[in-house]
Amino acid sequence: MKLIKFNIGKLFLVTSLCMLMLGLFFGIFAAIIYIFPDFMKLQLGFVSLRPLHVSSAIFWIILGATGCIYNGLKQYITEARTYKIALIQWILWIFAIIGIVTSYFNKDFGGREYWEFNPIWALPIAIAWILFLVNFYSLVKKVKDWPVYIWMWLTGVLFFLFTFSENYLWIFPYFREHFITDMTIQWKVNGSLVGSWNQILYGTAFFLMDKISNSKNTGTNKFAFAMYFLGLFNLMFNWGHHIYTLPTENYIRYIGYIVSMTEWVFFIKIIYDWRASINAIQKNYHYFPYRFIMAADIWVFLNMGQAILMSIPAINIYTHGTHVTVAHAMGTTIGINTMILLAACFEFFNKKDKSKYLNYLFWLLQISLLVFWLSLNGAGIQKGIWQLSNHQESYSKMMESLRPDFIVFAFAGLGLLIALSSFAIILINTAKKT
Amino acid sequence: MSYEIAMCLSEQTQMRIHCIYHMTIEKQYYLHMKFKPKHMFFILSLCFLIYSISIYLKPLSIKEDSKFNKEKASEGRLVWQAYNCQSCHQLYSLGGYLGPDLTNIISNPSKGEKTVRALVKSGTKQMPAFNLTDNEMNLLIEFLKSTDASGKSDLRSFSIDKFGMIEKNETN
Repeated sequence: MKLIKFNIGKLFLVTSLCMLMLGLFFGIFAAIIYIFPDFMKLQLGFVSLRPLHVSSAIFWIILGATGCIYNGLKQYITEARTYKIALIQWILWIFAIIGIVTSYFNKDFGGREYWEFNPIWALPIAIAWILFLVNFYSLVKKVKDWPVYIWMWLTGVLFFLFTFSENYLWIFPYFREHFITDMTIQWKVNGSLVGSWNQILYGTAFFLMDKISNSKNTGTNKFAFAMYFLGLFNLMFNWGHHIYTLPTENYIRYIGYIVSMTEWVFFIKIIYDWRASINAIQKNYHYFPYRFIMAADIWVFLNMGQAILMSIPAINIYTHGTHVTVAHAMGTTIGINTMILLAACFEFFNKKDKSKYLNYLFWLLQISLLVFWLSLNGAGIQKGIWQLSNHQESYSKMMESLRPDFIVFAFAGLGLLIALSSFAIILINTAKKT
Repeated sequence: MSYEIAMCLSEQTQMRIHCIYHMTIEKQYYLHMKFKPKHMFFILSLCFLIYSISIYLKPLSIKEDSKFNKEKASEGRLVWQAYNCQSCHQLYSLGGYLGPDLTNIISNPSKGEKTVRALVKSGTKQMPAFNLTDNEMNLLIEFLKSTDASGKSDLRSFSIDKFGMIEKNETN
């Protein structure tokens, strides 16, 4: 009986907030290496710090996304069996996280960039995800006339499992022995894996919009469904834009190019419509969820512009392999995914505080992220020009010339650490009280 | 009344017609779309599956390259992963951002196999020294030979075609 009263979604969200803090902590250390290259070289080094940072950030997003689904469907969670499965799922995740983090400290690697870890740890994650799929399906089959967010959640859950399994095809020599096919599959996986968790998070954004505006319109109108299918289409076929320079088949590159050009458009439209439809009282009542969703809206706009430009091959050749790609990855991870997750945490934890302190943190977060994003783009553009220059200096000299950008990037990262960690601590404390 | 005509009317009338238009569309949508999301989902998933399988079957049509031993190169790929070389280095500009791209390091006249062996053993200002066994080192070199044989990663060797796509220059 006690188990039934326990909010399993909250457990996932609190765990994800802890992973966010860990990811920020490792991120700062990794950023320092860009300024002082021999910092911690013999202890951890970039070789460990990068996966520590990346994996922690991915855990934040995936566990957060899981927590959002469990919270979103909590009215249908009535059986003890669902709780037990969810709890086993959580334990498997904790087991995998401890194993993965420990293996990085022991320099035990073996996976594929960019979510890389010894493949043994993929097993508990895969089992946890299968349990999640079982639980998810048993819950949504109780819902009639699925709104778009349930379709998006289902897509995210299913495709994560598919692409996560596909991520380990390299174990078979048949794939590994053919370098170009192997790389093609690697970047197919990376593109679709991100698309999968984006489906869950954008689904959550629609769920929150329905909740904040107190209507069923946002999650059921035709634009929402058009947006969903466009997103799904992109998840499946737009990954080719990662590998324009790889000597793979032309049709893969062209499909990636054409599909990428259709991206994101409807998402802006739907958020714009939603903003116009809710009144001041509702905005005030759901103060921070509303503000974070609106912040995500602006970051969607900035990153959409960047993504479309980067998907044009003639421009991609300047940005490929540069920090512009990092800026895009960070911009979407922090600007969109993190903003949606923070909005969800404020909403699900029922945090109504509108204090000045929280507002200062909110603006510190937005300004730090903007400076962070601009400094990475600045470094990336300089590297892009170097890449195509006929009179190239050495790689180390080029990296040395980017140092001012990296200093700004590290300080902006510190701002992100302070703002996001403060939000995480405040939200964890709120979760404890409720 | 068409949507275009409505655009010429006053703002208030436009707003009303806009609402009616959307309500009608939504009503039609609910009447006709009852099973559509499911159908669309399955059609797209099927296309994705066919596309994925077509990629998985590619190795069957690839001719073997005599410049490297493919079994050893595939083992060398595991060495590359075991030491997490990808966290700092790139292949075809995909990977980490701290060190240079290594796709064609083997055929680079100023670097080559000997330099790779020396750098891995001794390290550099920011790269630690890696204690690879002789066998691991040989496998890694074989892997880098396979990346080198697969094509050129230098972005200066591309030109832009009439569709805005980048293509390898034929001289490269």
